Amino acid sequence: MFTLAKNELYRLFLSPLAWIILALTQLILAYLFLSHIDYYVQIQAKISTIPGAPGVTELIAMPLLNNAAILLLLITPLVTMRLIAEERRNESLPLLLSAPLSIYEIVLGKFLGTFGFLMILLLLIILMPVSLSIGSHIDFSLLASGFVGLTLLLASFTAIGLYLSSLTKQPTIAAMTTFSSLFLLWIIDWAGNSQTVGESSGLFSWLSLLRHYQPFLQGEVHSSDISYYLIVSITFIILTVRRLDSERLN
Amino acid sequence: MSSPLLSTRELSRHYGSQKAVNRVSFAINKGEVLGFLGPNGAGKSTTMKMLSGNLAPSEGEITINGYDLLTQPKQAKAHIGYLPEQPPLYKELTVKEFLTFSAHINKIQSSKVKSAVDSVIERCGLTNVIKRLIANLSKGYQQRVGIAQAIIHNPAVVIMDEPTSGLDPIQIREIRHLIRDVANEHSVILSTHILPEVQMLCDRVQIINQGQLILSDTIAGLSQQMQSSSLLIELGSPPDHNELNSLTGITQVDVLANNQFRLHYQPEKNPTDMLISNAVTQQWQLKQLTPEQHSLEDVFMKIIQEEQAV
Repeated sequence: MFTLAKNELYRLFLSPLAWIILALTQLILAYLFLSHIDYYVQIQAKISTIPGAPGVTELIAMPLLNNAAILLLLITPLVTMRLIAEERRNESLPLLLSAPLSIYEIVLGKFLGTFGFLMILLLLIILMPVSLSIGSHIDFSLLASGFVGLTLLLASFTAIGLYLSSLTKQPTIAAMTTFSSLFLLWIIDWAGNSQTVGESSGLFSWLSLLRHYQPFLQGEVHSSDISYYLIVSITFIILTVRRLDSERLN
Repeated sequence: MSSPLLSTRELSRHYGSQKAVNRVSFAINKGEVLGFLGPNGAGKSTTMKMLSGNLAPSEGEITINGYDLLTQPKQAKAHIGYLPEQPPLYKELTVKEFLTFSAHINKIQSSKVKSAVDSVIERCGLTNVIKRLIANLSKGYQQRVGIAQAIIHNPAVVIMDEPTSGLDPIQIREIRHLIRDVANEHSVILSTHILPEVQMLCDRVQIINQGQLILSDTIAGLSQQMQSSSLLIELGSPPDHNELNSLTGITQVDVLANNQFRLHYQPEKNPTDMLISNAVTQQWQLKQLTPEQHSLEDVFMKIIQEEQAV
């Protein structure tokens, strides 16, 4: 399982895709990071007199993590699309299927490999707000809460992407469906928020990936939000296993 | 007597209402090379996929080295190596990286991975290309990497699906040579539609058609099946059609173009000697005399027709 994860990660770094993703994400977020700092410097004088005013972490780190989540929503489909679809197209899946591995091990290995890559990306992102601690005081527990939230969010992104990649032979189709699903799960909250929708709004906002992410950014770690992300991840991993299993049977 | 390494019982596989493989039972013993022969679409690949655990059979069971493939897949799969029609390779890896990875996923102990990889590189003649990317190798070399991947964990049975398809004649010869080396240490199941390949490599042959096993025989037995009972001759100044027909043993004479004849004879009375002496004494000017062999298609047709007659 870990061999597979390692191999997945290694092969990802052999392609230019991984490096380009790392570099460009860093570039975009660094720009946002700087503009947040700029904004903070402008208003710092005004808010410094107010007691209990939001600090560096609230005004710079948390918006950055919020932006990072949206950017990762766009990026994850590009990383997950090749997972199974490409193996199928290259007909390299028999290599794993005829090895003494269970389908669980194969799927978890692929999941962990991709998740590992996104964690590397996340660590690089989190280094930016952490660097502020050189010249300022940082609320590390708030930052940790945001980090945990984003980690869980990425796990569900990866699981959904993995499942959709197992449905097709074309990586681009996998990318497109993953992107649409993630985006839909993101904005479904808007319907939930609008006043016109009656009863169902509660369900819609509960389904929203965004809705469960926001509390983490405010430093609130609810077990219900954690369970939501774990349920989403585990469900889609199991669906992938079942999908590959049924392919053998039918 | 030891039990067979791999055996199947009443193996069937349906795709919808179509029966791709229908009640196939066979066994392979230690050190044997078994050829699976059949036309395209006969169910060869489906059978190979089922044997390697890539496809679950609709009915029947497969036992590998005492383990049932369906109920104990992990133990059973540890004893097989599989090379599909299209070698399953990660083309962005180098040969050595790829083989190290295959060693790991086949549960070779970490301390033994290096020696396993080195020995398989040596056996498959990959020493000169270990640092090259698989994507840049020729098809013949990619096939060798595929074979290396299949034998790296020293499996009891190696299953190869059309290992020489799409290669040039020189590469075909080299790959056959390699397969023969592999066969010295492992039992091999080989599927192909090329008859000479079976004759060169296999001890035993099974012919499959429309999902059913219609012949299971040794190579000598198959050669017997291929013995035909007709001669192709060309004569410079041919005698009358009836004169040929009256030779002992000849049952039928077909007149072909350009003074060519096809003579059918009773299998037990080969008229070749008499024909030659007659041709000399009566100055027929014999230019060509070829004992005809059935092609694989003829054998198929013959066996299939016999099947239907019964």
